Amino acid sequence: MGSVGAKEVPVLLSPEGIRIDGRRLDELRPIRIQAGALHQADGSAFVEWGANKVMAAVYGPREVHPRHLQQNDKAVIQCRYNMAAFSVDERKRPGLDRRSQEISKVIAEAFESVVFAEEFPRTSIDVYIEVLQANAGTRCAGLVAASVALADAGIPMVDLLPAVAVGKIGGAIALDLKKEEDNFGEADLPMALVPQSGRLVLLQMEGHMTEEELARALDLGVVGCRDIYEKMKAALRERYAVRPAEEGGA
Amino acid sequence: MSGGVTAEIRTTHILDLAAEGKRLDGRGPDEYRPITIEPGFVVTADGSALVRMGDTAVLAGIKLEPGKPFPDTPNAGVLTTNAELVPLSNPTFEPGPPQPGAIEVSRVVDRAIRAAETIDLTRLCVTPGEKSWVCYTDVHVLDHDGNLIDAALLAAVSALAHAIVPAKRFGVREVDYALEIQHYPIESTFVRLGEAIVVDPTFDEEAAAQGRLTVATDEAGRVVAMQKGLVGAFSPDDVKEIVHRAFRHGDRLRELAKRSSA
Repeated sequence: MGSVGAKEVPVLLSPEGIRIDGRRLDELRPIRIQAGALHQADGSAFVEWGANKVMAAVYGPREVHPRHLQQNDKAVIQCRYNMAAFSVDERKRPGLDRRSQEISKVIAEAFESVVFAEEFPRTSIDVYIEVLQANAGTRCAGLVAASVALADAGIPMVDLLPAVAVGKIGGAIALDLKKEEDNFGEADLPMALVPQSGRLVLLQMEGHMTEEELARALDLGVVGCRDIYEKMKAALRERYAVRPAEEGGA
Repeated sequence: MSGGVTAEIRTTHILDLAAEGKRLDGRGPDEYRPITIEPGFVVTADGSALVRMGDTAVLAGIKLEPGKPFPDTPNAGVLTTNAELVPLSNPTFEPGPPQPGAIEVSRVVDRAIRAAETIDLTRLCVTPGEKSWVCYTDVHVLDHDGNLIDAALLAAVSALAHAIVPAKRFGVREVDYALEIQHYPIESTFVRLGEAIVVDPTFDEEAAAQGRLTVATDEAGRVVAMQKGLVGAFSPDDVKEIVHRAFRHGDRLRELAKRSSA
């Protein structure tokens, strides 16, 4: 036991390079994507990613509220990332804190980079992300859910936007951190990739990495994103597959 | 959804159908939409339940934390209920501070839980006057196709029914223990559509409604809470009929909730 009251740091990586949940360093948690999970929204998706549960909905293009945000030459993309009070261990006070507002902003900007907003001048495309159960990587899970929801809403885009966080645990670069790895790891690097162009439209980092580690982390993240990209496309195909004698929907 | 000519046409159509004893989705006037209850949907909560009522979906999560009892009830825990009508759930909701609609749902659900003495609050007392559990019930509306009150209470009570007090995590006791509920309130909501009074209104039926009445009943045959909402009026005879119908629906929904949390 530490004398300063700090929590004991668990061993995150075995000598064989196996993580606390049995994954290898380059392995994603199980991801399940359901395109079209809500009835009221123009587009929606539900993502279960490890122990994360995230719902996303898209409304629009529709009238802009508040009005002064309206742009004459393109749609504005507004994003609201929110966490349910019961989604984390310590109850979170309902409403948007500074962290949620920052995440909302960078996600909106990521989508602005891929949506053909100029096709819908003077409108708003509203992206809502609700984190129902959180276990690290919620902004990436939210981004993936929202991207599938945008496609489900029929919003024209350059491409889908897969996202994943890469981190550093026990000195090693690891894909897709879960909560304990995020809490006790040395670095966290969430990113979102435009698969067609190979460019990143969301990138944040916190922790310590050398230049060489950062380079490897970026490469690993891109590989992870491409993997998730396939799952996103599969979810949309599943949703819009033509099945005679039965109707889709959830 | 809202506004303009289509809404007006839809309202007229709903009222015309109601006059013939029919509804837009083919239900009878005294019929609920299909209901599913999924307890334990959220593992980060101390208790949770996802309730679907037709195309309405609400998720309730319970969180318990040690806190201080109110000075006037030193031997009791503290209950708070909060409903979030997040803009994800419906095209008419805008981001911003809680709207009166959300506050009404919270309060009507809270009142039923409190008045029915759903929880024995003395079980939440740790040290009289000093320490007691604060039990937060947060209801997150995911898909709003009407009748949020009934769905929200059903989710809240289903979540409370299997909630675990995290006594070990907070160092209050050696082991966690079940919160346990002692009564099972159910709310049934009716709206007036012309001369007809229908149960479990959809979003469009609420928009067309000329008055809404919610009646909460418990398993002991008591009415524990009521709320009249929206513009419109009911005669005392209407109210008596609605209460009678609410008891029958209460019994059925209560069984449904009990079976799903077993």
